[in-house]
Amino acid sequence: MKKQKQNNPFNLVAEEIIFIILDLLNRNSLAIKSFSLVCKSFYAVESKHRCSLKPLRQDRLPALLSRYPNITHLDLTLCSRVSDASLSLVSHSCASSLRSIDFSRTPLFSTYGLLGLALNCKNIVEIDLSNATELKDSALAAVAEAKNLEKLSLARCKSITDMGVGCVAVGCRKLRFICLKWCFGVGDLGIGLLAVKCKHLCFLDLSYLPITNKCLSSISKLQHLEELVLEGCFGIEDDSLAVLKHGCNSLKSLDVSTCQNISHNGLPSLINGALGLRQLTLAHGSPVTSSLADCLRKHSMLQSVKLDGCFVTDDGLKTIGNWCASLRELSLSKCSGVTDEGLSSIVTKHGDLRKLDITCCRKITDASIASITNSCKSLTSLRVESCTLVTREAFVLIGQRCHLLEELDLTDNEVDDKGLKYISRCSELSSLKLGICLNITDEGLIHIGKGCSKLVELDLYRSEEITDSAILAIAQGCPGLEMINIAYCKYITDCSLLSLSKCPQLKTLESRGCSLITSLGLKAVAVGCKELTKLDIKKCHNIDDAGMLPLARFSQNLRQINLSHSSVTDIGLLSLASISCLQNMTILHLKGLTPAGLAAVLLACGGLKKVKLQATFRWLLPLRLVQYLESRGCMFQWKDKVLQEKLDPKCWKLKLEDLMP
Amino acid sequence: MDHKDRQETCFTNFSTQNQQKWEFPDPLTELLQASKAQDWDPAAMLNNLSFLEQKIHQLQGLVHLIIGRRDRVSGQVQPYELVAQQQQLVTADLTSIIVQLISTAGSLLPYVKHTQGAPSLSLGQFQPQNGGVSGGGGGGSGASELQNSVDVSTNEEHDLKDEEDGEELGENLFPGTYEILQLEKEEILAPHTHFCTICGKGFKRDANLRMHMRGHGDEYKTPAALAKPNKESSSEPALIKRYSCPFAGCKRNKDHRNFRPLKTILCVKNHYRRTHCDKSYTCSRCNTKKFSVMADLKTHEKHCGKDKWLCSCGTTFSRKDKLFGHIALFQGHTPAIPLDDTKGSTGTCDPGNDSEATNKLGSMNMFNFSSSEDVKGSMEDPSGCFSPLNFETCNFGGFHEFPRPPFDDSESSLAFLLSGSCGYTNKSGEQ
Repeated sequence: MKKQKQNNPFNLVAEEIIFIILDLLNRNSLAIKSFSLVCKSFYAVESKHRCSLKPLRQDRLPALLSRYPNITHLDLTLCSRVSDASLSLVSHSCASSLRSIDFSRTPLFSTYGLLGLALNCKNIVEIDLSNATELKDSALAAVAEAKNLEKLSLARCKSITDMGVGCVAVGCRKLRFICLKWCFGVGDLGIGLLAVKCKHLCFLDLSYLPITNKCLSSISKLQHLEELVLEGCFGIEDDSLAVLKHGCNSLKSLDVSTCQNISHNGLPSLINGALGLRQLTLAHGSPVTSSLADCLRKHSMLQSVKLDGCFVTDDGLKTIGNWCASLRELSLSKCSGVTDEGLSSIVTKHGDLRKLDITCCRKITDASIASITNSCKSLTSLRVESCTLVTREAFVLIGQRCHLLEELDLTDNEVDDKGLKYISRCSELSSLKLGICLNITDEGLIHIGKGCSKLVELDLYRSEEITDSAILAIAQGCPGLEMINIAYCKYITDCSLLSLSKCPQLKTLESRGCSLITSLGLKAVAVGCKELTKLDIKKCHNIDDAGMLPLARFSQNLRQINLSHSSVTDIGLLSLASISCLQNMTILHLKGLTPAGLAAVLLACGGLKKVKLQATFRWLLPLRLVQYLESRGCMFQWKDKVLQEKLDPKCWKLKLEDLMP
Repeated sequence: MDHKDRQETCFTNFSTQNQQKWEFPDPLTELLQASKAQDWDPAAMLNNLSFLEQKIHQLQGLVHLIIGRRDRVSGQVQPYELVAQQQQLVTADLTSIIVQLISTAGSLLPYVKHTQGAPSLSLGQFQPQNGGVSGGGGGGSGASELQNSVDVSTNEEHDLKDEEDGEELGENLFPGTYEILQLEKEEILAPHTHFCTICGKGFKRDANLRMHMRGHGDEYKTPAALAKPNKESSSEPALIKRYSCPFAGCKRNKDHRNFRPLKTILCVKNHYRRTHCDKSYTCSRCNTKKFSVMADLKTHEKHCGKDKWLCSCGTTFSRKDKLFGHIALFQGHTPAIPLDDTKGSTGTCDPGNDSEATNKLGSMNMFNFSSSEDVKGSMEDPSGCFSPLNFETCNFGGFHEFPRPPFDDSESSLAFLLSGSCGYTNKSGEQ
């Protein structure tokens, strides 16, 4: 050992310096892995350095916990199940170090496990129990033993009641953040007690709770409350709000979306005291008229306003234009009543806008785009999905004037190659969505590939004129590409996949309905793109078992796969079992799949959490096997859909438009 | 026979009068209202006086009748019963008249008070013959005169007095606006209050008695016989009755200094049983709560065991908001989750694991979280071999032959995982 130490120059480097190097490497998990494999001392240093852990399977937990003693954050969301024994192991091995644990989406632990965790890990500060729909009040009584808890998420814990929340309120006095979204069993009493006992609360999510004004008065007395989410609290009404003498003065963000009973009469009593309000969400609420907009005239700190899905009047928009605040973010997505006049009056006054969402504002025309691009030159995000009256010339303006754009959504628009040519001037662009843009061809995309080298996300869903040369240009020009959607681009062949295999960061590939691609192309992607986590090759009829074998061998990060309507059989599927991360599998309409083969596949893939299968297999698989798999944490979705006729894409689009007038 | 019939009808007449006697004629109550405003209506007073005159006439007729009968049957010894009946009738009517007179005079009271100088009438003079009231002595002469003038009847007056004695002047009620009755203990505790005159069967309710009477002959089936008595008197509002508890020293007893009367006979019965009787009905659910009134027990049983809102300090509440108010008030108190809730696991609970869960409950309660025992126990589990990794050895056709029902598998698969991992750690330890 001593000899080794002398020989290893890294022994001369202080551990702290190596830790700093590792911090910098942290973004790339593969790099860390290779580092730890160099030698024993590197392995030991890496073990000491790592403080967050996200295991895929609970059976690895004991080994992992003994390897990494300094874990402070444990994320168990990827484990298909977590048993009490695992929890007790965690609570013993990380007794003092553990500060944060995430159980969201992991069922199958009980009150006792939680109690042990809360009692043993004295320093635990954060617990996420979201989606534990079976969680009972007794479990919250166990959580209440974690006296230092500051952050607790209980979203969708449908079985908990006021009693459990009361326990937490009394036990965890240091609580600062609590999310109770969709906890339908919690009412005024529990929330009232929480507000009385936990004086340090600064984030409170009460979405969809059956609460009324009774608890609001105690909430309004919280001195540190900064963020309040009251989405879908239908019990809160104007009349009762009027009783509140002073709202929360410390409030910085308020969400009252879908509260249809709050209008311009009640809103002021909630926010009048809060002069530091920065963010307000009024989505799907009462109509945005000038009187509603007037309530916010004096809030000079306001930066972000979301009015998604509201009915909006021109007067309302003009009043927003007269606010003394200078907005940074505005969302008018799916608002009815947005006109050129109204929108122009806003954007001319709020020239500092960074993010603008005008999805599905179907009345606006080129005039709006002209005034947006004219006044808001520093836009970083623009969503113009389905603005059907905007012509192709308008998109040239976007490219000409908004050079700072990072995110652009042009789905379902008239944009053409000329527009794309100008848009390619936005060199910061990282996300571009061009789904259902039937006017674009390879020419436009070649411009994009040349201009937008920072592109990370590209959506070409049903942009049918695209061929291999466009993808080649993108793959060559955008080495950082992580997500690409080429679904239903019918001219795409293996050549495209070959070019994409040169993008080492690629994580998501959707090539649904590209009937020309074969196993050969898939093999190239599997070999080239080690980071691939999501793969959708539904309706790729030419992909067979030959494509699965390289996937199984090289794509060790694959988590989600859709193989419906492909030519894969039992053998190909079975080979996928060697991918230990695989959690999500959709295997509908596979002709070569037999019940026995399926049983073998399901047993072999130990990490499966969700499987979509045809309903016929429900009766062909042994019931006990299904029960066993379910007890292992796997969820089955039985689909009973009959094969649909191939739709002409244009006809499909017309149908969609009929649905959305 | 002829005589007897006549006598009976005569008696019934009087008995109906007897019932009527407690009621005030309308104008009097009006007068009472009016007198509060301190203007006295002489016309109403006249009306009252003529009513009294009429009553005295009726009583005169009755006494005449009795004398007539006595002359006729002078030779024979009168049956004791008949004499008693006659006496009772006379005394009842007399007391009625006295009460009327007093209340009529009482209506004058505010007026008298107002004109303090008037010597002829004073409150004391109109006090009834009640020893318990101190004010009675003040205007003694007038009262005793009155008493003497009506005291024509028998020695047995005091019997009646016992019932009549309750006449007391409430502070906020004017004299005569209500009268006080006092039932005897036996009467209060009697299971039945209505008895059949023919067969003697007892009933709790008057209506049940009338239903019963139908069986005794067609004459009881007429609408008149089946009708609710006192109906005809509804045209005149009844004199307000109040009741006194026979228990000496009770606040509800008329002799108590701060006497508070009871409103109805039912109140008397419930009050007497609740406060002065043993609690003989025990709740069969909790075996602790005892009641002396059956209805109280039934009310309790409706809620017994529903005091489910429990605080960590042991206090129970029937309402959740009361519990939360309590917890908000006191530091360190916390809602207590009922035990049957803690038994169920929080995840999708396996029905087969119940016994294990309860076994664990004990150890968990002692905060013993060392997993070693559990792990060891489950490692010996034979089903541990059924694991995802040795699927090749499985016969895919024979899944029905799993060693244990798959529901238990959450434990057994865990056993495998742990045993596997233990092997791994051992190896790494060797390195």
